[in-house]
Order: sequence, then structure tokens, then C-alpha cells
Amino acid sequence: MATDSGGSVAQPDGVSGFVSDWASDQRAFKNVPWGKAMMWIFLLSDTFIFGCFLLSYMTVRMSTTETWPNASEVFALSFGGEPIPLILIAIMTFILITSSGTMVMAVNYGYRKARAKTVMWLLLTALFGATFVGMQAVEWTKLIEDGVRPWGNPWGAPQFGSTFFMITGFHGFHVSVGVLFLLIVARKVWRGDFDTEKRGFFTSRKGRYEIVETMGLYWHFVDLVWVFIFAFFYLW
Amino acid sequence: MAYFIPTAAEDVAPAEVAEVDLYHPHSFVTKYVFSQDAKVIAIQYSFTAIAIGLVALVLSWLMRLQLGFPDTFAFISAEAYYQFITMHGMIMVIYLLTALFLGGFGNYLIPLMVGARDMVFPYVNMLSYWIYLLAVLVLLASMFVPGGPTGAGWTLYPPQAILSGTPGSGAGIILMLVSLALFIVGFTMGGLNYVVTVLQARTRGMSLMRMPLTVWGIFVATILALLAFPALFVGAVMMSLDKILGTSFFMPAIVEFGELSDYDGGSPLLFQHLFWFFGHPEVYIVALPGFGIVSDLLATHARRNIFGYRMMVWAIVIIGGLSFIVWAHHMYVSGMNPYFGFFFATTTLIIAVPTALKVYNWILTLWKGNIHLTIPMLFAIGFIVTFVNGGITGLFLGNAVVDVPLSDTMFVVAHFHMVMGVAPILVIFGAIYHWFPKITGRMFNQTLGQIHFWVTFLGAYAIFLPLHYLGLLGVPRRYYEMSDTLFIPESAVTLNAFVSVVALTVGVAQVIFLFNMIWSAYKGKKADPNPWRATTLEWQTPENPPAHGNFGPELPVVYRWAYDYSVPGAKEDFIPQNVPQEEVPNTEGGLGLPMPAAHQPAE
Ligand code: HEM
Ligand SMILES: [Cu+2]
Repeated sequence: MATDSGGSVAQPDGVSGFVSDWASDQRAFKNVPWGKAMMWIFLLSDTFIFGCFLLSYMTVRMSTTETWPNASEVFALSFGGEPIPLILIAIMTFILITSSGTMVMAVNYGYRKARAKTVMWLLLTALFGATFVGMQAVEWTKLIEDGVRPWGNPWGAPQFGSTFFMITGFHGFHVSVGVLFLLIVARKVWRGDFDTEKRGFFTSRKGRYEIVETMGLYWHFVDLVWVFIFAFFYLW
Repeated sequence: MAYFIPTAAEDVAPAEVAEVDLYHPHSFVTKYVFSQDAKVIAIQYSFTAIAIGLVALVLSWLMRLQLGFPDTFAFISAEAYYQFITMHGMIMVIYLLTALFLGGFGNYLIPLMVGARDMVFPYVNMLSYWIYLLAVLVLLASMFVPGGPTGAGWTLYPPQAILSGTPGSGAGIILMLVSLALFIVGFTMGGLNYVVTVLQARTRGMSLMRMPLTVWGIFVATILALLAFPALFVGAVMMSLDKILGTSFFMPAIVEFGELSDYDGGSPLLFQHLFWFFGHPEVYIVALPGFGIVSDLLATHARRNIFGYRMMVWAIVIIGGLSFIVWAHHMYVSGMNPYFGFFFATTTLIIAVPTALKVYNWILTLWKGNIHLTIPMLFAIGFIVTFVNGGITGLFLGNAVVDVPLSDTMFVVAHFHMVMGVAPILVIFGAIYHWFPKITGRMFNQTLGQIHFWVTFLGAYAIFLPLHYLGLLGVPRRYYEMSDTLFIPESAVTLNAFVSVVALTVGVAQVIFLFNMIWSAYKGKKADPNPWRATTLEWQTPENPPAHGNFGPELPVVYRWAYDYSVPGAKEDFIPQNVPQEEVPNTEGGLGLPMPAAHQPAE
């Protein structure tokens, strides 16, 4: 059977299935639609971008002659009493990880064509994403008020501020773009574009519920990257 | 049931992907300007790339004038010379070769050769071109801003790239970095399309191991580009921040014009690592498509199946993989840890193995072939010779101990011009001549083609062979003039003048090529749909040149690999990929060839 998302071709399992897919005609990844394949490859490329950013961060952290500011003090917040280290970032991380869970729910309901529920979970995901970006803005503001600039800061190596703003900024940009696309996809689901297979503006291809999953891939990727940024930046 | 790849008509499995209806353009603008058709995009890419490439060619003349006849041209100052060098190198490598091989040939050939109607996401593919054009315009704009374009060398090494002593260290370098970032964004949009089209949108019967090597070369090169450009992107972002915001990613504490600058604690070596992590794969981004195209030209014009097809494919893949772990061979003299040099010299020499294997296979393909010395064939052979030449000097430079005295001499300039300058350009010419009848539907002029080949091929050697010798004498690279340097003999000066005269002549001779292409596109005699009697799908299209959607109402089905030339028992000396075994005209005057032993009927 011929479909865009792939028919049901019986496949051998395991390694021999892998080999037979790659030795076959037409498609190397059976049952993977074009858009999803493209997203995976894009994410691979994007991984290299983030990888280069993080490796550069590690390099300048080693090359600089001045001391590196202490993350748990710099990123502490006090609510009246003692400063609590990393409290804001812990909440942010929790929110972003939660949004991956809500995204999974959206994908799940998308494939069941439950439009209202899909939209609900998509919007919830977008809301978490927007909250994350908002809290990041708060964090930036606080750091800027404390005197952190891309070219210097009161506590030591100027590379602290430059890598921080650059990498969290680049990640925050990814989250913002994600939120935007979550809203666009939610709108499409709401209008029923994927039931009528309306053509997408960007892709000029027919819209299908797979798009929710493709969107989800991007979203989970952005979360995963955050875990690394969190570990390298705040815990090291 | 395992997948069954057809040899006979009855084996054909149903299509897995339903026909997608293409976007149908109605107006002139959507057909030829904002076109989503990969073939039109390919031509737009090629014209833009060649146009900007001509700018780089003119810059090389200006440099040669200065090197050959120092103190003669008042308008070439030392600053201007550095700006010429930088723009020449960057344009040639990125805006000409990368764009032409991947954006030009990739767009034209991938869908046609794998039997697809278009790229998977034509709209994104169209955006790719327009962003590329924007990148080119920004690059051109940098030549007209105050201070001029950057003169930092195409490697853009900091700290000097952004310090005020370097020409173009103001707006010039910023626009250069912006242009590179745009190029990468645009390329990514196209590149994702090429990769997914090859992986997921082939026609029935087209398995990966039946694809022409051209597609393999472009495919692997695109993957390299998608993984290597990120490093350049990151480098460009960080250097822009250093320049604009005054961060210190790449900038150590440094004294500029007697004053301590505000920079502090950055790592210039980091930029070199990022740059060459991109820069070395870049060499293969322009070489692998060349490898693929040459394989197809040789097989077609020698009427012989490519020798060791599987080996050729794996060699491409392995070279692609290895190209990511050799980058620091460009940094032997950078002050990095010498043990690194040992590692990178080893990996560099290992890469020579699959590369040499490809050369042997090309030669074995020609061995006892029925060689037609057509113009594409001449260029293909020219490529092999030149590539071997540049490859051998590469073995010298790959060894850290040999590289240390040779680095930053004209020997390096000679090496990389042979291997990634002249060699890819020869393939490009060969490929343009080869596919010209398909793209325009007309034949080019053979005599002009012959003249063009011999002038270009011999001329390239007259230009670049002497540079090896100059390099061994110690003539440094990137020097505006030598005046009375003691170790440089008088003969070197004369030789330099000779090289310059040849370079100008050969450069001007390219007018023959341009004239031939433009004139033949309008006035050439109508070409046969398959003038070279080739097997691959692009020659089997119902219309010539292929129309929108490429293949008419029915997509072709593929029954064989791309290299069935001179098959015993067949009447013709080639069998197109879309002819099933039982329909091949045989020498007895009937139809059909014996089924291969491995063939079992479909379940
Ligand atoms: C048309 C024939 C060409 C001529 C006459 C020519 C000439 C030159 C000259 C004179 C230099 C400067 C050498 C020095 O003083 O260091 C140079 C540099 C360079 N050329 Fe070419 N070139 C040609 C074609 C190409 C092509 C096709 C490429 C494509 C890869 C290329 C890539 C480069 C690069 C990367 C540099 C180094 C720039 C730098 O040092 O920053 N050239 N070329
Ligand atoms: Cu290299």
C-alpha cells in the first residue's frame, strides 16, 4: 500500500531488518515520512552547533587566566532569608522537562486524531516553553543588574558572561522558535488542517498528524540540549 | 520477506510512497524566478556561483600582476593585495565550488538520477537559493564599505582578523562573517533536501547500491557539509561577538598600537580548531562530488562498467568519515601540542589509502576500455592526473616534519591549487560539457571545447608546477612582494613573471568556454536525448530537456545498476537502468538476456 507515511511492508527484525532496509529500493527508513527524516537530520546538524558551542565554552574556561566565578553563588536567589543556590534554574529545568511530557501527550492524542485534546496539550507545552523563556529573561536581568556583561563581570573571567549569554541565548532562541511553531501547529490542528490534508505554507506538502510528532522531535531535542547546558554551566 | 529489488519486469514491488502532486507554477515569476523546480534552482545556483567565481578569477589576475611585476602597479597596495587574497580564496572555496557542486549539480542531478520528480521539500529548496544569493550580495557589499573587505586571509585567523592593523577590520570582517553565516543557513536548507531525497525518495528499483556514483559523491559531501559547517558557524558567531561586543573568545590580552587592548584570556587556537574542523571536510565537500562525477564520466565515455563499484562507494564513505579526524594537519606550526601532530599525521596518511584505491579503480576502468576522447572524457582524465599530482604533494605536507619547513611557502599554494583548485574546476568543466545537451537540449561546439581543454589543462600546469619549485626555494605564501631577499635567486623573479603571463592568458581563454556555452545554448545543433548513450535515468526522460516533474506521467522503474556498458550478449553497448532484463535487445536480434544466477522470482 502506498502512503506518504509508509505502507505496511513486512520487515525482518533486528540486524537483518536494518540491512534489508538499507539494501532495499525507494526508502532507507521504512515508515518514516520525509518531514520526520528531515527533522532528524537537521537535529544532527544542530547537535554539532551546540557541541561546538559547549566545547568552545570548555576551552575558554581553561584558557582564561582569571578565576571562574562560582556558579552556585552567582545563580543563587534569596527570598528574604538565606540565598538558595541554583533555585531559579532548578525550577526552570523542571518546567522544561515537564513540557517534554506534555508534548508526548500531544503527539499521542494527535495520532488518535483527538483534535481538542491535542490542541490542549500543545498549548500547555507552549505555555511551559514560554514560561521557561520568561524566567530566563528574569535570570538575565538579575545577572545584568549584578554587573555581568558579555565583556566582563565583577567576579573574574570575562568569558563567564560571554559564554553564558551566548549559549543560553542561543538555546533560548531555539525555545522561542519552538513555542512559535507549537502555536502554529496547534492552530492547524484546531482548524482541522490535518484532517483535510491542507497544504503547508512552508513545505507545500499535505498536512498530516505526523507533523505533531516532528514538532515533538524538535521540542525534545531542545530539552535534551538544555540538560547538557545545565550540567556544564551550572553544576560545573 | 526481505525486500526484493527487481531485475525482471514481474519483480516490481508496489510504490511505497504515493505520487505527490507537485506545485504547478502558472506565471513567469513562479516558473523562472521564484521557482520551486530543482532544475531551475540548480541553474540559478550555477549562474550565481559562476558569476561570483569570475570575480575571484579577476582577483587572481590582480594578485598575479603584483607577484609577477612588483612595483609596477600603483593601484595594488599591500593592503589591497591582502584583500584580494582573502576574497579570492573565500569565494573560490565556498561561494563557487561548494555552491556549484552541491547547489548546482546536486539540485539538477539528484532528483533526475534517483528517479524523483523533485526534491522532497521544494519550497525550502527555493529558499535555500535566495538565502545563498543574499549571502553573495552581502559578500559583494563588503567590498564597498569603508575600509574595504577583510584582508585577514581566507582562514580569518584571529587575533589579526579583527585588530585594526589588518585591512578591512571594520565593517569588512563583520560583513564577511555575516555572509558566511547566511551561506550556512541557506546551504542547510538545501542540504537537508538533498540528503532526504537520496534516502527517502528514490524510485522503485533504485536501491542505494544502484545509484550512480555522482549521487553518492554529492550525498556524502552534503552530509559532511551539514556536520562541518556548524563549526564555522559557531566560529563566525563568536568572532562577530569579539568584534562587535568586545567579548574575548578568541582574543588574548594583546597590545595594539602600543596600547593594551581590552581583550583578555581568549584562545586564538580555539578558532583555528573550529575553522579547520570545518576546513578540512570542506576539501572533501568539493572533492567527493568530483570523485563521483568523474567515475560516471569515465564509465560512460570509456563504455566500460566502473571497476569495483562497491569499493568506490565505501571509499567515498570512509574518506568522508576520516575527513573529520585530520583537521589539525593544518596546524602543525600553530603551537599546539606536538603529540597532536603525531596523531593527525597518522590519520592524514591513512586517508591516502581509500583515495589511492579510487585512483586505481579509475585507471582499471579505463584499462582496455573503448575510450572515446570526447571533451568530458578529456577533462575527466585531466582531473585524475591533476588530483594524483596534488595528492602526492599532500603526502609531503601531511608529515609534520616535512610540513614545518614547507608550511606558508608557495609549495602549499601549489599543493592546494592542484588538489582543490584545478582538479575540481576540471571536473566542473567536464560535467558542464557532459550534461550540457541535457540541460539545454543542444550540443556545444567540439572544436572550441578542444581548444578550451588544452589551454586550460596545460595552462594550469604552467601556472602551478613552477610554484612547487618556488616553494622549495623558500618563497613565502601571502607575501605582497619580496624585493631583495637574499635567498631568493634572480631566476625566481623571472619564473614569477612567466607564471603571471600564463595565468592571465589562461584566465582570458575562459572566454572561449563562456562563448561556447552561451552561443550553443541558443544556436547549437539540436542534441540527441541521449547523445553519450549513457545508462543513467536523467538521459531517459521523455522530454529533452526534462520538463517539470522530470519523467512524464509514469516514474521510471529501475532494473539494474548504473554501469551496464558493453554487456556481453546485448545488442547495444549500453543498457539504460530502466530496461528490465527480458526486454534488452540481444545480439541474436531478439529480446532478453539470461537472468542473473542470484535472481529468484518475487513471492
Ligand atoms: C584561475 C586560476 C587561479 C590562479 C591564477 C590563482 C592564484 C592565486 C594566488 C596568486 C594566490 C595567492 C598566493 C599567495 O601569495 O599566498 C592564491 C591563493 C588562494 N587560492 Fe587561488 N588561484 C586560482 C584558482 C583558485 C581556485 C579554483 C581555488 C579554489 C579552491 C583557489 C583557492 C585559493 C585559496 C584558498 C588561496 C589562499 C588564500 C589565502 O592565502 O588566504 N584558487 N591563488
Ligand atoms: Cu586538510
